[in-house]
Amino acid sequence: MRFLRHGLAAVLLVYSSLAAAVLEIEIIGAGENQIPIALVPFGGDEKLSAEINGIVAADLQRSGLFRLVDPAGKSPHGVEEVDYADWQVRGADALSIGQAGVLADDRIEVQFRLLDAVKQIDLGGHAVSAAKGQVRAVGHRIADLIYEKLTGDRGVFSTRIVYVNRQGPRYKLIVADSDGYNEQVLLSLNEPIMSPAWSPDGSHLAYVSFENGHAAVYVQSLYTRQRKLIANFEGSNSAPAWSPDGALMALVLTRDGSSQIYLVRPDGSNLRRMTFSGAIDTEPHFSPDGQHLLFASDRGGSVQIYQMAVSGGPAERMTFGGGNNYSPRYRHDGKAFVFTHRENGRFYIATQDFESGQMELLTAGGWEKKPSYAPNGKLILYASEGRGRGILATVSSDGRVKQNMFTQSGDAREPVWGPLP
Amino acid sequence: MKKLVMSVVLVNLLAACASHPPAETPAPVTETAAPVAAPAPAAPVAVDPLNDPASILAGRSVYYPFDVSTVQEADKPLVQAHGKYLAEHADRKVRLEGNCDERGSNEYNLALGQRRADGVKKMLELSGAKAAQMESVSYGEEKPRASAHDEAAWSQNRRTDLNYAK
Repeated sequence: MRFLRHGLAAVLLVYSSLAAAVLEIEIIGAGENQIPIALVPFGGDEKLSAEINGIVAADLQRSGLFRLVDPAGKSPHGVEEVDYADWQVRGADALSIGQAGVLADDRIEVQFRLLDAVKQIDLGGHAVSAAKGQVRAVGHRIADLIYEKLTGDRGVFSTRIVYVNRQGPRYKLIVADSDGYNEQVLLSLNEPIMSPAWSPDGSHLAYVSFENGHAAVYVQSLYTRQRKLIANFEGSNSAPAWSPDGALMALVLTRDGSSQIYLVRPDGSNLRRMTFSGAIDTEPHFSPDGQHLLFASDRGGSVQIYQMAVSGGPAERMTFGGGNNYSPRYRHDGKAFVFTHRENGRFYIATQDFESGQMELLTAGGWEKKPSYAPNGKLILYASEGRGRGILATVSSDGRVKQNMFTQSGDAREPVWGPLP
Repeated sequence: MKKLVMSVVLVNLLAACASHPPAETPAPVTETAAPVAAPAPAAPVAVDPLNDPASILAGRSVYYPFDVSTVQEADKPLVQAHGKYLAEHADRKVRLEGNCDERGSNEYNLALGQRRADGVKKMLELSGAKAAQMESVSYGEEKPRASAHDEAAWSQNRRTDLNYAK
């Protein structure tokens, strides 16, 4: 069992303001082996270049895997202008160079190359373009390309997250970029909203709303904003989860007694009951191969994580030991899962490897709930608290780097990391 | 980077509780079928016991220890009295609203709140109420009556409210 070592590295504050919202990001800790990289200002449009490189820099730093090296006035734009030895002396293992500008059709475009200063080789070039106003998307894309080239893992900076913002009686369902910017309000109600769940292709969200006076499950398109009520039985209808192929949803209903897991098509048809425990079975999540479900149940007395086959049959208990465990979610490779662990009144984010069965605590404990993996399994998004408010937070899967995201106002709750675009 | 363990996560939810009657006071008086012409300072005839602040029926909330969903001994007479009242007033309908403190996951608490409300419903039924007179729902931890983050607040939030239809 390992705890996040607090105060082991610099605390970095990134303040940034947008027209719509003020977001503050606090980064605590650092990865074991950080790659030193210089983001050289692009040629062409200087202001655009600075804006884009600022987004790339923030993304790379948030991952905990990079350290930024100051280009100190040097700005080569072509490979032939690069003095590799000089960058090595400055301590940069890699550097990015290029051109940024606005095209004739008003689109913005960046042509950039990533260079390995140690091996003194060109790691390849890319042209990234997007509609005017999509500067952040361009920055995230470049950060993804750099991250992928230098770490070998899939970048997740271009992904989105969903969460619920609660302010007094007002609940908002919010979709944002993975760094918390670019917030879009999908739904705003004076009744609770909870348990948002992404469809596998990122086009729809399922969630629980109380607008009918009780918990009911809706599915809403992110594009057309159209909503469909898919489960509105007597009692509570909740905890929606999509199968990886999008053909099925798991839900929790109380229509036949206690909270039990059911399967249904996303249009609400073909309902069939999955669990028959008579206890509370809730928070189902599909394995990446679609064959199993993890869920939380108090059938054994305390609340623990169980796994069962989607084809039916008995459930196997996955977590043992003291305390209660809630909100399980598989990692993208299906080899581990993340969950909320509660012990002695404190809530922790924990992971467990299926093979070893070992639980690992990733956070120091407090009010940390509802974790979900980034699509590359390297970061975990969860709900935390700070300065008297509910906030969003991430922790690297090794527990070394933590990030707190203070979004505008109210309490951020129930975050879930979305799929790859 | 030390943090207060149980420091505030939720703020200012009093407004969300506005629809619940406070624990110690009776629900707002509802107009009933008995038309008394006079303003009736102390009308002795045909008073709905539901509106009598001295009646056990004035109590509209049942409270629970942490992670418990069975009606406690102390609250059984209250639930049984409401069951008897519903049996004698077939036209009355009641909504049972289960609530939880904020400890646990939102979804687990939703399930626990439903189990609390269903437990009250079952006891009302045993005391004579008909299923058609009752609806049980859960708000989980989403509508706390007390917004602080300590046992004093949590003990207020672990409850089932009996909300009579107007």
